[in-house]
Amino acid sequence: MTQAGGGSPQAVGLQPRLPQDLVPGLEPTDRIFHGAATVVGMSVLAITGAIGLFLGYQSIPTLHHYGLHFFTQVEWQPELNKIGIAAVLVGTFEVALVAMAVAFPLALMLALFITDYAPTRVKSWLVSAVDLMAAVPSIIYGLWGFFLLQPHAIKLARWLSQYFGWFPLFHVDTDANAAVWQQSRYTSSAFIAGLAVAMMAIPLACAVMRAVFDQAPLGEREAAMALGGTRFGVVKTVVLPFAKGGIIGGTMLALGRALGETAAVLIIISPAYEIKARILEAGTQTVSALIAANFGNATASQLKALLTAGFVLFLITLAVNTGAAVFIRRSRSGAGTEI
Amino acid sequence: MTALETLQASKPAPAGQKRPPRKVRVLTADDWWSLLGSLFSSFALVIIAYEHILDGSGTLGFLASWYMAFLIIYGCVVAITSPRHFVVERLVTATLYIAAALVLFALGTTVVFTFGKGWHAFVHLNFFTHDMSGVSLTAPLNQGGILHAIVGSVIEVAIAVAVSLPLGIGTAVYMSEVGGRGSGLVRTVVEAMTALPEILAGLFVYVTLIVDFGLPKSGLAVSVAMAVTMVPIMARASEVALRVVPNGLREASSALGASHWKTVYKVVLPSARAGLATAAILGTARGIGETAIPLLVSGASSFMNFNPIVNPMNSLPLFIYTAYLTGEPPAIARAFGAASVLLAMVLALFVATRVISRNKGVTR
Amino acid sequence: MRTGFAEPDARPSADLLHASSQAFNKVTERAEPRRPGARVDAVEVSAWFGQVKVLDDVTLSMPAATVTALIGPSGCGKSTFLRILNRMHESVPGAQLAGEVHLNGDDIYAPGHRVTLVRKRIGMVFQKPNPFPAMSIANNVTAGLALTNVRVSRSERADLVEECLLRAGLWNEVRDRLERAGATLSGGQQQRLCIARALAVGPEVLLMDEPCSALDPSSTRRIEETIAELSAQVTIVIVTHNMQQAARVSQQAAFFLAEQGSPGGIVESGPTAQLFDNPSDIRTADYVHGRFG
Repeated sequence: MTQAGGGSPQAVGLQPRLPQDLVPGLEPTDRIFHGAATVVGMSVLAITGAIGLFLGYQSIPTLHHYGLHFFTQVEWQPELNKIGIAAVLVGTFEVALVAMAVAFPLALMLALFITDYAPTRVKSWLVSAVDLMAAVPSIIYGLWGFFLLQPHAIKLARWLSQYFGWFPLFHVDTDANAAVWQQSRYTSSAFIAGLAVAMMAIPLACAVMRAVFDQAPLGEREAAMALGGTRFGVVKTVVLPFAKGGIIGGTMLALGRALGETAAVLIIISPAYEIKARILEAGTQTVSALIAANFGNATASQLKALLTAGFVLFLITLAVNTGAAVFIRRSRSGAGTEI
Repeated sequence: MTALETLQASKPAPAGQKRPPRKVRVLTADDWWSLLGSLFSSFALVIIAYEHILDGSGTLGFLASWYMAFLIIYGCVVAITSPRHFVVERLVTATLYIAAALVLFALGTTVVFTFGKGWHAFVHLNFFTHDMSGVSLTAPLNQGGILHAIVGSVIEVAIAVAVSLPLGIGTAVYMSEVGGRGSGLVRTVVEAMTALPEILAGLFVYVTLIVDFGLPKSGLAVSVAMAVTMVPIMARASEVALRVVPNGLREASSALGASHWKTVYKVVLPSARAGLATAAILGTARGIGETAIPLLVSGASSFMNFNPIVNPMNSLPLFIYTAYLTGEPPAIARAFGAASVLLAMVLALFVATRVISRNKGVTR
Repeated sequence: MRTGFAEPDARPSADLLHASSQAFNKVTERAEPRRPGARVDAVEVSAWFGQVKVLDDVTLSMPAATVTALIGPSGCGKSTFLRILNRMHESVPGAQLAGEVHLNGDDIYAPGHRVTLVRKRIGMVFQKPNPFPAMSIANNVTAGLALTNVRVSRSERADLVEECLLRAGLWNEVRDRLERAGATLSGGQQQRLCIARALAVGPEVLLMDEPCSALDPSSTRRIEETIAELSAQVTIVIVTHNMQQAARVSQQAAFFLAEQGSPGGIVESGPTAQLFDNPSDIRTADYVHGRFG
């Protein structure tokens, strides 16, 4: 019989009972369980956090030494003490943006197709195909891009530079109208690398978008159908407005993956350190390809410079991924979506 | 007679027969002819015009031009007999079908191309039974093989999974079942670390273990770096799998007097078994295909090595990359052979996830 | 008298020139003028979900410009039958049906009849109000027109919004906040908005699937008043669990029942008064007197 703030028995009728703190004691086995789980959680936190901090810590000397020039220096020539990631950052974004320009519409259309247009028997196969696409290793896409896609893509690149070369993005420093055109000026470009990276971005964006489209409320869909809406009418009126957050979030998630992609880019591009908008032209460089190509023969300070570049990349992908999570969670569709 | 009786009298049902189900939404002949006619006529138009008028070249440009011509022709054909919103509907439907076909075609060519080009290496049985000791990458294909790379990949991934799976599931249990003040922070950091590109995990291990600590390049280093990338992914996927388990199960177990540990161990984890297995397999598929990590922290050895601690250990992605770098046809053929083996492994893992989901009756 | 579908676009025209001039006209389709209510006849309608038969051989006539109530306990196929009337049943994967549904004599399931056009002539209001949350009240009303690309001028649009909201009994409450989002209304107001939205496309028949079951009594009363006002211009078929409501609003009624394990069907149908006061089937009598259900 506990007296929880009630005081003496005769005061019970006069004073209201106050809430009691109920503290369930834990059994010994549960104490060990909770403790072990906490240890695991905390150690994972410690290890993963340490990596992030380590990368940041290693970047300090480089930034101290080169200062802001690190971000404005275009060339990467360690022997001349010219180290900077300006061109490399631009190249990274060019490849990623080409990939997203191709992946976003295709992923959106594929996701719409799977949820709203595909016959029911085919639907699960399509979902599996998309998941398989996500599981294929990036080096295989690199080989595919280099050996199969490139011979065809350079012809498309040449056509673009022929007719749209006045636009800086599509210009290539060569005579596109020559009878025998210089193929080597079109190979190993940001454009072709972007196409290969798109193969990895599409399934990621598509999976998120598909999950979100599936959650569009059935009541609203039926209302649109009952009003005489066509399938596309239902999509336009109900599904797309509902899924806005998921569409943006899925795209940003895929963008994060595209920024950090290594193997496919390594295989396709030929390194060139200049800031240029000419994505169709041969030669570019990305942060991950830079690290992969230069780590072997790097001195200690060059290694730290590579680490700094890596840390910058990590901050960028972190920002993009966090933005994606925010968009998805804040949107109407966010409540039940797992990214 | 009421209206109902009039109707029934006029259409007597066949004696004892009920009507069978009928087909609805049948596409009329008009629909099919419009579609096929537009496809063929746009194709013919572009074939004639392509090389001469449009001065384009290459397959990709042809396909793009065909698509444009098809849209215009099909749009006009449908507009003859249908209101505007229906034309839009038909064009959008056609575009979506084409987009889906395009993506699937790209995936299909990847798979077929890889296996096709790897065939030259497959036909030699020594490809699977030998390693490359004493054999140069550019030697003819009847010498040497990739057994060392296969073994290396398997060992490295096995160690990585053995480390990261318990850590991942344990973290997920901590976040989902135990909770508490720290779990929010853990969740934030784990989510942040899923953004870590694999090359940075490799670089981290390279700089710390190999450069700073002076340890040699080895298979264990690869496993450690792989685990660094796999743990956040497995933790998050496992947490999702645990969260899907209905709370009613946990409450029922507690009501029966089970301790929290027993509840988790005997009720929650078994219910989430399919999701956890899928998370493990997908993490494995991801790890086995990583190239940047072995590139940085292990050596492209040519001999068989079962010991992850000593001596460099080759793995399939690394082998593919080094073979590709030589640029010689026999080496390229070997690269594709190894790529085919890698792809086959990923496919097998993938089929395993499908089988598991189907067995447990989990729908996507 | 057979009045077929009025739209020539359901079948390809033999004369190409004539067809192309019609195409030009179709580019700027005007909003359909209001047609008087149409008669709906269901002939030997059966329905399946996959292999499970849920409706068996239902034949029912719903006369023009009257209110027909479908009553019966839950799970005997009333809603399924209703959804067959505007071709919503087939949108469920695995659903099948047999039989015919005649709108003024034309079988709406015949090949060549576009589903979207059928649904414009036969509208539906659902049990749970489902206005489009991302749209304003005015845009919700005209959503049916937007969905089918019907062009209306701004003044016509304003008139249409006012007229439909008046007919639905919502105009006075929302006239000064037409641009606010549709989701800010109460449940009863949302349901009346859905009625206005359904009316905007000018249907000849309005199907209502337990429209008041999620609403409070005063909203219910408003909607029943709306039904009474609409019934002169629109044929109404209403599914309801509430027998008193059926007695209040309908002139014809049909009693659905599904015996244990077998598909649902009509036990008895006829004028509402007769069904309630003088039913011919003992099961009808039991149900309307509350002995089961």
